[in-house]
Amino acid sequence: MKYLLLKHYRGGPTPTPNGAILMDQWTPEEVSDHIAFMRHVADTFRERGEFVDAQALSPEGTFVRYDADGKPPVTDGPFAETKDLIAGWMIIDVDSVERAHEAAAYLSSAPGKDGRPLQEWIEVRPFMEEPPTVTD
Amino acid sequence: MEELLRDLTPQVLGVLVRRGADFAAAEDAVQEALVEAVRRWPDDPPAEPRGWLITVAWRKFIDARRSEVARHRRELADLEEPVPGPTEQRDDTLRLLFLCCHPSLTPGSAVALTLRAVGGLTTRQIAEAYLVPEATMAQRISRAKRTIGAADVGQPGDLRTVLKVLYLIFNEGYTGEVDLAAEAIRLTRQLAASSDEPEVAGLLALMLLHHARRTARFTDDGALVPLADQDRARWDTAAIAAGVEILQAALARDRLGEYQAQAAIAALHADAPSAAETDWTQVLEWYDELARLTDSPVVALNRAVAVGEVDGPLAGLRAVERVPDDVPRHTAVRAYLHERAGDLSVAHELYARAARQATSAAERDHLTRQAARTRSSV
Repeated sequence: MKYLLLKHYRGGPTPTPNGAILMDQWTPEEVSDHIAFMRHVADTFRERGEFVDAQALSPEGTFVRYDADGKPPVTDGPFAETKDLIAGWMIIDVDSVERAHEAAAYLSSAPGKDGRPLQEWIEVRPFMEEPPTVTD
Repeated sequence: MEELLRDLTPQVLGVLVRRGADFAAAEDAVQEALVEAVRRWPDDPPAEPRGWLITVAWRKFIDARRSEVARHRRELADLEEPVPGPTEQRDDTLRLLFLCCHPSLTPGSAVALTLRAVGGLTTRQIAEAYLVPEATMAQRISRAKRTIGAADVGQPGDLRTVLKVLYLIFNEGYTGEVDLAAEAIRLTRQLAASSDEPEVAGLLALMLLHHARRTARFTDDGALVPLADQDRARWDTAAIAAGVEILQAALARDRLGEYQAQAAIAALHADAPSAAETDWTQVLEWYDELARLTDSPVVALNRAVAVGEVDGPLAGLRAVERVPDDVPRHTAVRAYLHERAGDLSVAHELYARAARQATSAAERDHLTRQAARTRSSV
């Protein structure tokens, strides 16, 4: 079963006190430690045979929609203060939802300010699967 | 030659493991023997390909052990052994299968290792079938090998786990270039050839009967077609006949199990010339048997559908009420029964809710269409 582990810049439940301290208030070493930990998490999932993909997103994007035939796409944004902002994701392939939650919690234990666990909320979303062959 | 080597690889691996080689070393030795076969067979085909491979793989293993053992200054004269006969041959593949489906492995690891070691698929093929990077699959397989290396090899897994793993592979269908359902059938057929356990035959029959409907399960553009709406002319009658025959022989042994009961239900559906002619009374009887064998809520839910067909949708709805509502397709079944009862507005609400709860895109799209259909006819 594949799960998307979503990291949000903003949005989701109220951050814990550790998670509320923004990265620009950390020391350079704390930032490096955080990034090294994230790499370590990906390596751990790889080593366990669970890793599928990881990507970071640039924080600024644009909303785009179709308008009418022959007309250019309509764009909107970027919005400085959208409620929800996705920072990036990791995709894992695991045997159970319990394991997916454990993996997300591990990701969330990444060190932040003063090396304390960031306790960042990670959104866990199951992928749609193939319909099973045996149904009756 | 490729096909032959793929068939022989698990057998040879099984022989080496039975003779006491640890899994990783045995696999290395078999790989080396395969390389040599590819190099030498085109000019000098062996009379006994299997014997040739076993001999060469065993020598490779002994050589590797010798150089290792030389460091440990030990004697290994007792490792030379003759090539086994045909009975042992089946046992070796079987032993390998049981080892790969060891209960100490997670289902995902057992599936990967079985496809690699017994199925002879490449790591890349398995990775593609399960839509993960090749490096991830390689890692999953090597971890699985380490786990069974540490497990007591004298105690291979139990049949229940083996059947479960084969069932999981079958149920995955196919997403990549590898047809996992066909692969599961091939492996189960091998197992059935050397096992007199009726549940093995039951599982094989179940697979064949469902595989027979495969081309009718989806429209050309990938939309799900439910059993009642399938074009039965597209069902594979040869596969159905084979499945029914295997099932009948298994049932005659009078040791009923879950897979046989499930296959019996599939056989009744396969036997009906049209959905309207389905013998639902018998289907329900088999669900009653199945419910005695397992307390699975999925079975209870499917049984409720059969109750709805036999005793009417209201009786079906009463049966659904006794099934925990977190079972997948619970809402979809209620929607269907309400529609049958003529309560279209409730059916519409429930189809829409079922679509939001669906765990596959094909089911979601199907349920969304059902919701749209019941709304427009209100």
